[in-house]
Amino acid sequence: MSKMNNMYSEKVMEHFTCPHNVGEIKEADGIGEVGSPVCGDITRVYIQVEDNIIKDIKFKTFGCSAAIASSSMLTEMAKGKTLEEALKITDADVAAALDGLPPQKMHCSNLAASALHKAIEDYQNKNNIAS
Amino acid sequence: MRRVYLDHSATTAVRPEVLEAMLPFLKEEAFGNPSSIYSYGREARKAVTEAREKVAKLIGAKPEEIYYTSGGTEADNLALMGVAAAYQERGRHIITSAIEHHAVLDTAQYLGRHGFKVTFVPVTPAGLVQVEDVKRAITDETILISIMHVNNEVGTIQPIREIGQLARERGIIFHTDAVQSVGKLPINVEELNVDLLTASSHKIYGPKGSGCLYVRKGIRIKPLFYGGAQERKRRPGTENVPAIVGFGRAAELAGQEMDSEMERLRRLRDKLIDGVLSRVEDVRLNGDRQQRVATNVNFGFSYIEGESLLLSLDMKGICASSGSACTSGSLDPSHVLLAMGIPHEEAHGSVRMTLGRDNTEADIDYVLEVLPEIVERLRAMSPLNKDNEGEAK
Repeated sequence: MSKMNNMYSEKVMEHFTCPHNVGEIKEADGIGEVGSPVCGDITRVYIQVEDNIIKDIKFKTFGCSAAIASSSMLTEMAKGKTLEEALKITDADVAAALDGLPPQKMHCSNLAASALHKAIEDYQNKNNIAS
Repeated sequence: MRRVYLDHSATTAVRPEVLEAMLPFLKEEAFGNPSSIYSYGREARKAVTEAREKVAKLIGAKPEEIYYTSGGTEADNLALMGVAAAYQERGRHIITSAIEHHAVLDTAQYLGRHGFKVTFVPVTPAGLVQVEDVKRAITDETILISIMHVNNEVGTIQPIREIGQLARERGIIFHTDAVQSVGKLPINVEELNVDLLTASSHKIYGPKGSGCLYVRKGIRIKPLFYGGAQERKRRPGTENVPAIVGFGRAAELAGQEMDSEMERLRRLRDKLIDGVLSRVEDVRLNGDRQQRVATNVNFGFSYIEGESLLLSLDMKGICASSGSACTSGSLDPSHVLLAMGIPHEEAHGSVRMTLGRDNTEADIDYVLEVLPEIVERLRAMSPLNKDNEGEAK
């Protein structure tokens, strides 16, 4: 059978099949979660921060293949970035890095960047850093 | 890679015997218009008539009570719209259920916006309409009750005979969408007290674009289309002769093989259900286990989402479907599962597998080998996994 999926790009399928950075960080410096079980997508991002840099990042996602792939892509994009740089990554950037997502997936399944922003906020709140 | 097709409730492949019966009517030897007077036309008419007898026989009807349509959706529309238009002077209330196929549901909603009152009766958590609920919904204005025979998502068999009896006692017309039961359950429109019945060809190894509405003699119905005298003016338009012939042959074969084939599929179904329930944790069978068609399995897997499960199954060659919103093009998961009271997150994680004549025991073994691994992989990624619950909110 063909590996092509006419709904998703090859990049999406790659990241869905072999997602990067799946899991949790025990004692993470920041955790952010977006979505709800009602709408069918939840993404949770864990970050470890050292010297204002995202040293490690992991995710857990309940959702469709697009949600899983965008979480995986986001973690790749954010790792090693400063918090300021990471805050500039948008959900649209993640979708673009995946060579696009189907229009109906843009809203509900592309939550990873927002989850990361929440994780950074969580980190800043815990450490009394004004954003 | 091995391919296992488990979506027979969506559609089926045309059987070789059916294709063989159809081919002459696409070709020069028998391409005629049944309305023509010369030999080509007469041959086509004869074939359409013979097919009508075969379809009628499968549901215990008279041939002249069968009206060919383009399929189940058109037949459902014709039933609801046709009865509403013909009987609106008598009353403007229609009863249907919350778990109907969209061909009935959306048509009923349309009528609800155009001067009719529609009651959608609920179902039990097991996906069954209760006769009492239908009875309570009846008013002096009720002209039509439409309740499906077998639900397309969870395979539950509805108490059609009892509802038909109730409708008859009250002088109300009774329609059933039997797209998922024709050829799978014995059907006799007399015994089931049915006035109108929808059937489809491509669910029983016939071609797509072919189906029928059974209309009991004496029931009035306004057509959806105008244009010609075909189907006694109730469905004008030149007959789709090859598709009708295919439908007839498919109906004939389904009737001949029903008993043995359904017994075989019931065993495979039970093996699949028991196998998954024993190998995977936190999974439920959606829909009543007893009042269930032999071909349907519908699982709800906690903590994971149906679309990613389907895509993972597809990568292993297994073709199934889901009540997940992600596969329906809408934001809401299956209206059937929600009507059964299944929470949104569980409904998103549902997978339907529907068996058919090409499935073997080895197929089921393969699914039982592959599915638990996939579920485990996706659960490991899920923040909803019970080990993780309540961590970060």
